[in-house]
Amino acid sequence: MSFMKKLKNRFKQDEETEEVSSKYKEGMKKTRNSFSGRINDLIARYRKVDEDFFEELEEVLISADVGVMTVMDLIDELTMEVKRQNIKDTKEVKDVISEKLVEIYYGDDDEHVEELNIQENQLSVILVVGVNGVGKTTSIGKLAHQLKRQGKHVVLAAGDTFRAGAIEQLEVWGERANVDVVKQSAGSDPAAVIFDGIKAAKSRNADVLICDTAGRLQNKVNLMNELSKVKRVIEREVPGAPHEVLLVLDATTGQNALNQAKTFSEATNVSGIVLTKLDGTAKGGIVLAIRNELHIPVKYVGLGEQVEDLQEFNAHAFVYGLFADMLEDE
Amino acid sequence: MAFEGLADRLQSTIKKITGKGKVSEQDVKEMTREVRLALLEADVNFKVVKGLINRIKERAVGQEVMESLTPGQQVIKVVKEELTTLMGGEHSKIAVSDRPPTVIMMVGLQGAGKTTTTGKLANHLRKKHNRSPLLVACDIYRPAAIKQLETLGEQLDMPVFSMGTETSPVDIAGKAIEQAKEQHNDYVIIDTAGRLHVDNELMDELQQIKSVARPDEIFLVVDSMTGQDAVNVAESFNDQLDISGVVLTKLDGDTRGGAALSIKAVTDKPIKFAGMGEKLDELEAFHPERMASRILGMGDVLSLIEKAQTNVDEKQAKQLEEKMRTMSFTFDDFLEQMGQVKNMGPLDDLMAMIPGANKMKGLKNAQLDEKQLVHVEAIIQSMTKKERQEPGIMNASRKKRIAKGSGTSVSQVNRLLKQFEEMKKMMKQMTNIQKGKKGKGMNFPFM
Repeated sequence: MSFMKKLKNRFKQDEETEEVSSKYKEGMKKTRNSFSGRINDLIARYRKVDEDFFEELEEVLISADVGVMTVMDLIDELTMEVKRQNIKDTKEVKDVISEKLVEIYYGDDDEHVEELNIQENQLSVILVVGVNGVGKTTSIGKLAHQLKRQGKHVVLAAGDTFRAGAIEQLEVWGERANVDVVKQSAGSDPAAVIFDGIKAAKSRNADVLICDTAGRLQNKVNLMNELSKVKRVIEREVPGAPHEVLLVLDATTGQNALNQAKTFSEATNVSGIVLTKLDGTAKGGIVLAIRNELHIPVKYVGLGEQVEDLQEFNAHAFVYGLFADMLEDE
Repeated sequence: MAFEGLADRLQSTIKKITGKGKVSEQDVKEMTREVRLALLEADVNFKVVKGLINRIKERAVGQEVMESLTPGQQVIKVVKEELTTLMGGEHSKIAVSDRPPTVIMMVGLQGAGKTTTTGKLANHLRKKHNRSPLLVACDIYRPAAIKQLETLGEQLDMPVFSMGTETSPVDIAGKAIEQAKEQHNDYVIIDTAGRLHVDNELMDELQQIKSVARPDEIFLVVDSMTGQDAVNVAESFNDQLDISGVVLTKLDGDTRGGAALSIKAVTDKPIKFAGMGEKLDELEAFHPERMASRILGMGDVLSLIEKAQTNVDEKQAKQLEEKMRTMSFTFDDFLEQMGQVKNMGPLDDLMAMIPGANKMKGLKNAQLDEKQLVHVEAIIQSMTKKERQEPGIMNASRKKRIAKGSGTSVSQVNRLLKQFEEMKKMMKQMTNIQKGKKGKGMNFPFM
């Protein structure tokens, strides 16, 4: 059975995943159309697997913002594989391409790395970090909403004391989700706000505390130090915390996302990624490179502006979304 | 992952070639491959890269490069010229309407930095052009977006026009312009909500605002970290709104910013300004040539110089020069100097702006370890006033005390004292040289 069929069957068997994958299909329609469309174009145009074919394939992957190095490695591996299996027809190579891409996604990791680490009967602290304008506060709002709906008692800490209107923005989300927001005035020390947040979460017996932080560019050393301090406060106040450090990445970001993942990890030991704005034409392929090089899993993807458009990341569904057209062609 | 600059990569390619008498076509092919990789790593769109590479190849295979004695440098020169041409000249002028107010409309994706840029632009107009802008809050969708603009208005002490989140942005824009006329605001800057370029409904809304407000400028605000998708975004916004210029934000990050090239290539609209920080005065004119260097990872000497100029107080610098000349430079001055260097930002960043700096391995490990700087600072701070001014009085027990106070060792203190003496001597020499030949610039490795 070909790899594609296996993947397809997997979804046929599992109704629940079918529902998930249809959301992905919807949200990533534009992404998918252009991506798999181009792979199909490519395969139709080149009947023989040769140097030109690989060059073009390289471009398709690069245009999806998959890291340049990752693409080069992938192409090298593919070239080897094609030689090994003596593949001459581009139609056959399609399977190999998808298989390799999925391999990068999964790596050697356990598939459960994508689940959010929420402790039972104990306060779980989630720290949310990222550069400016990626959608940290919005993602927190959506996440709070969802956790609340699951019956969790959620508290938010307004740790972005820098950007104008940031506290108010989180408060609006707090109202919408009907959860408490702990805040101080603009300009106050973020570590102090988070400290207050922890105290409040403890005294209110909350299940989850989500800490917002100000957006910062990863090359600002002082601001990154500030972030480490916030994390130290959390570590000190709640044993085992933060249970999650989520790095929010904008899917439109190019190669710099790798730098972001690396530097934020150094400062706060990032445990997962929230990939936002995937409902545009951007492909977010850099996630492949990040997983490949830094082994950080994606935990959530943002597929739209609505609360339920923040989806738990499901690598199978994600790959399915990317390749759905190709699968259905078969 | 730090990407090597194009220059380094080409140099290693060329190392393979040197020894051969002549550069072959194959060599050129290899070099253009490196150029291609460098541009792709910098997020230049692959289609734009393709066009560029073809032009570069043509020139490179021609006499220009093959017959040159320094083919590597020739290739870089050709690449840089092509990039600079594509990027166009400087255009930081803002339209002025014959019939005020002049209307500027800010558009872009979510999180690009429209609201912050609106504030910065207003500040720029007042400071540099003596205008009195009215800011208009048309983002009725994102929670607290209006509040954000109002806060910026307060910080700048400028009027902000808003009508809450219930009125349509089209009406808000229309009313705002009326108010600007009544209250004699000569500029109106309309902050719109971030939206995806594929969101037809919201793109229609922008067109309606445009037809009501009849803006003299429509600025597309783009995050400089944007990847390959920059072309799609810029193309759609330009097709639907006919933008007049681009503002590139977050350029104070460490992105190479290839998006700038992509946007310019697909829209042919000038990039007018660059956002260089979170403060409201950190909006700068866009310099195409510097951007070309940055995309190629060739360092940004001009920005470094400017950074130094803005951070070093001129008066202090003069005093320092005097002290250097007369050799009355003390540890107190040294501390002050260190403070100023620190103000310029992380040392690694500064080093990254110097072309070829990553080549000087000694530099990176020996002097640029920021932790070592902290030690030096501690040692100096553990000295008495007198010791700082007259290091000559230092004896064994003083050194011991300083080492203890700063948590270092006597040998570290000794090393610093020795370095300080050497530095003083060097300074004296340097000031003499500078006097001799004034205006002689730095030596660039590629020129």
